[in-house]
Formats: sequence, structure tokens, C-alpha cells
Amino acid sequence: MTALSIFRLTLPVLFGYVPLGMAFGVLFTSQLDYSWWVAPVMGIVIFAGAGQILAVSLLAAKAELMAVFIAMLALNSRHVFYGLSLLGHFSGAGWRKLYLVFGLTDETYSLLTSRHRSSDREEEQRTDALITLFNQAYWVLGCGLGAWLGSTVKFDSTGIEFALVALFLVLAIEQYRAIRRQLPFWVGAAGAGLAVTLLPQAHQLIGAILVATLALLINYRLTTTRRLETGDRPHG
Amino acid sequence: MDESLYLAAFIAVSAVATFLTRATPFLFLSRHSNHPFILHLGRYLPAAVMCLLVVIFLLRSAQWQAPLFGADAVLPSALVILLQLWRHNALLSIVAGTLTYMGIQQI
Repeated sequence: MTALSIFRLTLPVLFGYVPLGMAFGVLFTSQLDYSWWVAPVMGIVIFAGAGQILAVSLLAAKAELMAVFIAMLALNSRHVFYGLSLLGHFSGAGWRKLYLVFGLTDETYSLLTSRHRSSDREEEQRTDALITLFNQAYWVLGCGLGAWLGSTVKFDSTGIEFALVALFLVLAIEQYRAIRRQLPFWVGAAGAGLAVTLLPQAHQLIGAILVATLALLINYRLTTTRRLETGDRPHG
Repeated sequence: MDESLYLAAFIAVSAVATFLTRATPFLFLSRHSNHPFILHLGRYLPAAVMCLLVVIFLLRSAQWQAPLFGADAVLPSALVILLQLWRHNALLSIVAGTLTYMGIQQI
């Protein structure tokens, strides 16, 4: 693939990443006192949309590093399952594989898994890496532009942190569309309710995640035992 | 901890955690990817996490006392949900909801 056709393929990601990256950048400079260029640096070394937006509120709360680590793992846990469908395509990619795995965002994943492939694996892996690189360039551009604008143009940004709630609402709706089961949502809501009632603010996120994971483990245990007892086939 | 040292450590920790989630299937899941509990968590944990994030951060963004009773955050949230169900455009839903919330907070 030529650079031009890769640009054309990644154009929808450009339109998605630049505004979203700018939203992150504005959020970063309006909520925190750090220099604006830290925002694009985060785009370079972390490269995660929801993760970086969550990072702003964790930074503002001066969260413990252990909490940051667990929160990031949990928020990005969906990525664990992206790689499974790309194991074959990425195998034998050598040094490129590191970058391909690093840059496996939601958008990169959907481009890489939906595009047409020839039998020349090395050539296709080169294309995969370029697609990832183009996407990351748009993201870093958005982060930098938003942070720079946010630090130079003065405007009342009170309430902009709601972008985080809106993002999670959208992701939750998309999750429901994908799995069509209510249980995990009740599990999440109950875990959050419990954590908010019992724990101080700094530990609520980890508390809720642990409760939810535990509840899903119990749910898994119960459904498998029932299946063993009744000899039922697993469904849905 | 020194301010810039904390920031550097924070970014490093976030980068490592993000990379780990993306590298996990390539490191070990290739052999255990069919374990039913892994599949179970893979299917339902993201939904539970999204939901608990919504609840935790929504509770913090509203004024729950009279006279608002949470309407300052609940109304923009309802707008986000309706727009997302109707137009399926994540950016539109997020921007419209956030601008509405900002408008209400800045009155």
C-alpha cells in the first residue's frame, strides 16, 4: 500500500482522533497545572483515548500509583481480547510486532481486522505498522493542539470534565449493544454503590472493580455448577 | 513525592499498564484463550467497568441537594444516552452532553 492509500484508509480515524485528542488536551490544561506539552507526550507514550482522559482525573486527585495501575488495567481490559484475533496476522513481525501491539487502540483494531489482505505477510505487516503510525500521529496532533489552545486561549472551561462521564456512558451503551445482557451492568452499578458508600473517595474505583470482578467470578461459578448439575449446554 | 517525579512516574505506570493489556494475549492468552472463565470475564468485565465508572463519576458531577436533586448532571446524561441511541455517533453524543453540562454549570 502506498502512503496515500494508507492516508485514505485512515481518514475516518483522523476525523475521530483530532477532535477527541483536542478534548483531552483542553481537559488536561484546564484541570491541571502541568506544561501543555505533557499532553502530546502522553499521546506518544500511552496512546489510549479513554485511558488518557481518565488519567486527567487521576492526576487531579493525586491518585496512588498502584491505584493508577489497576484503574488503567481495568479500563483497558477490553484490549486484552483484541489481540486474540490478530495473533496470526502479527506472528513473525519481529521488531514491528512491539509497535503493532503497543498501538492496538479500538480504532486501529477495527481498521486492521476489517481490511483486505494479500498473501505477502511481510508487506501486510509493514502496512499494519504504517496504519498504526498514521493513527498515532493524528492522536498526538489532537492532544498537542488541544493542550496548546487550552493553555493560550482563555475561556471558561467549568464543567468540561463531564466529557469523561459522557464517554463512559457512550462506551456502556456500546457494550450493551454488543452483549445484550443486563447482569454485568447491575454488577457494576452495585459495586460502585457499595464502594461509594463504604470507602473514601481515593479507594472507590479499585473497591468497585474488585467487587465487580468477584461478583462475575461467583456468577461464573454458579452458572457452571448449574450446567454440570443439569447437563445443560452453555448458552448465550 | 516531587511534583515532576510524580508526573513522570504516573505516565510511566499508565504506559506500562496500557501496553500490558494490549500485550497480554500475545504473551500468554494464545494458549488459554479458550478457558471459559477468561471468556466470561472478557465478555462481561468491560461492561461492568464502564457502568461502575459512570456511577462513580456521575455521583461526583451532580449537586444532589435541593433545589437541583442531581438534575444538573442527570439531564446532560439523558441527552448523551438519547443521542447515542439515535445517531450512534460517539463524538456527537459526548460533545453535546458536555456542552449542555458546561452551560448548566456556568449559569
